[in-house]
Amino acid sequence: MKPCLLTVSSKVFIQRDYSSGTICKFQTKFPSELESRLDKQQFEETMQTLNNLYAEAEKLGGKSYLEGCLACLTAYTIFLCMETHYEKVLKKIARYIKDQNEKIYAPRGLLLTDPIERGLRVVEITIFEDRTISSGR
Amino acid sequence: MKNCEYQQIDPRALSVSPQSAQNHADKKLQRPRRKWQVFPGKNRFFCDGRLILARQNGILPLTLGLIIVTSGLFFAFDCPFLVTHLTVFIPVIGGVLFMFVVASLLRTSFTDPGILPRATADEAADIERQIDTSGSSTYRPPPRTKEILINQQVVKLKYCFTCKMFRPPRTSHCSLCDNCVERFDHHCPWVGNCVGKRNYRYFYSFIISLSFLTSFIFGCVITHITLRSQAGKNIVQAIQESPASVVELVICFFSIWSILGLSGFHTYLVASNLTTNEDIKGSWSSKRGAEESGNPYSYNNIITNCCVTLCGPMPPSLIDRRGFLPPDEVISVAAASEVELPPFIPKSEANMCTQSTKDALERMLHSTDLHGLCPSGTPKTTPMVLEVLSAPETKELSLSSGCSHQLARQAVVDPCPPFSKNNRRDSLHSINPAFRLASPSPTLSRSVLVLGEGPDIVFSPQQH
Repeated sequence: MKPCLLTVSSKVFIQRDYSSGTICKFQTKFPSELESRLDKQQFEETMQTLNNLYAEAEKLGGKSYLEGCLACLTAYTIFLCMETHYEKVLKKIARYIKDQNEKIYAPRGLLLTDPIERGLRVVEITIFEDRTISSGR
Repeated sequence: MKNCEYQQIDPRALSVSPQSAQNHADKKLQRPRRKWQVFPGKNRFFCDGRLILARQNGILPLTLGLIIVTSGLFFAFDCPFLVTHLTVFIPVIGGVLFMFVVASLLRTSFTDPGILPRATADEAADIERQIDTSGSSTYRPPPRTKEILINQQVVKLKYCFTCKMFRPPRTSHCSLCDNCVERFDHHCPWVGNCVGKRNYRYFYSFIISLSFLTSFIFGCVITHITLRSQAGKNIVQAIQESPASVVELVICFFSIWSILGLSGFHTYLVASNLTTNEDIKGSWSSKRGAEESGNPYSYNNIITNCCVTLCGPMPPSLIDRRGFLPPDEVISVAAASEVELPPFIPKSEANMCTQSTKDALERMLHSTDLHGLCPSGTPKTTPMVLEVLSAPETKELSLSSGCSHQLARQAVVDPCPPFSKNNRRDSLHSINPAFRLASPSPTLSRSVLVLGEGPDIVFSPQQH
């Protein structure tokens, strides 16, 4: 078992993109700190998928209106038994981020944090630096 | 602290501190704390974090009391007469309205209005770095605003000094609650809470139903007195027979003006997708022209605006009141046990790591979004040490934060700035600041779990 050290070298914060209003959307601009680690296309794909998922959560349509009206009629007690559409999509997002971390980001020494843990303000990407030391055994 | 150095530690010298740490840790372990207990805003929480209220909520009981008293008097004194003289549906309708009013009121008061959690230390440092272009030593920071374009309208985003972030559009900081609230409408003292994105629809249904209730009671009481005076008596006699009606009349008369006015005003706001805050400040009124308004959030269709505001998807609460705090308890236990761990042998590095791996596994299982990170003020994040063990078979990474090594000693020595969770055991923290890293995602914790077996093997030689 060879122990190696990873240090948190820095964190990159992807801020929200408010150009379309108050909907939850993150900037897709590729940060320069990740240039050495990650493909620009890969990053943009991740962010775009995240944005699409959030858009799906906040989508206004017949289904969401129906849910709202039904909730109002049942005096919002219906949410004691079932979860809202938004919550369902948030779970989907959490699974997606976990999947992305496992497949793409962790092998490159990066870590995506689910934005919901940061109050949907930022997507936090932690950059780890490999500093393997010799055990000298 | 010499414990931070990578050398042999005489456990006897530390016999006191691990002990006290252990006791303290045990004490703390018995009561895992939830996030609402350390919430920085001025709010009160009930039912173990399920219900939230503003700190200044003295008027809420008055509101409830007025509604209950008026309705109670109505049911007790007016309904019997009206049931016999008119119809039984009067108390039924009254009852339904009353239930709806109270339910909406309680819902408005106890729902999180859309509070934004404050920025973490890392985020704040990152934002500071971005705006502090000059890097000068001027004490007074420049006014911080950011201009963005929303639907071809220039919107200014202000920096909130309390929450340390740029406020999203339509967000405002409530000084009474000391929170940034999304789509901030106003702070309603009658309801004892802010009215924001998440509880606006409840607030609106409260005032609409209250208007109906007050009008209904007012009308019924007038009818009651009229009917009584018509039956051969004059009005004074009628009033004398039913004095409660006068009380109800007075209350309803005075409240009807304000409630109806408020309902009308908020109906206008809903139809134009505005908030009280924006309307009062006149944010969009200067652009009244060909379009209905310069409001970039409006859909320019009354029905759409109403639907969006009142029936839109229900966003979740962002403050996670009932989540558990990142385990200080586990940290202290880990630190204590780690200190006890005698690194007699050269491969102690691995052993310390294995022990702390286990501890970090527990930590990661309880990982939450709150994390305190040592020196946040420095422009560059001070490197913290993460212990990583790679299994010989696979290349999976297991992250554990545990040992402090000589490499990270400079980070360790810095006394950590206010650890927001009121942790008093700073000494132990300087041993293992790495514990206070941002919690990794569950993905990696799972891979840690998988590899949990491996380190034990390395651990065993230490037994002799």
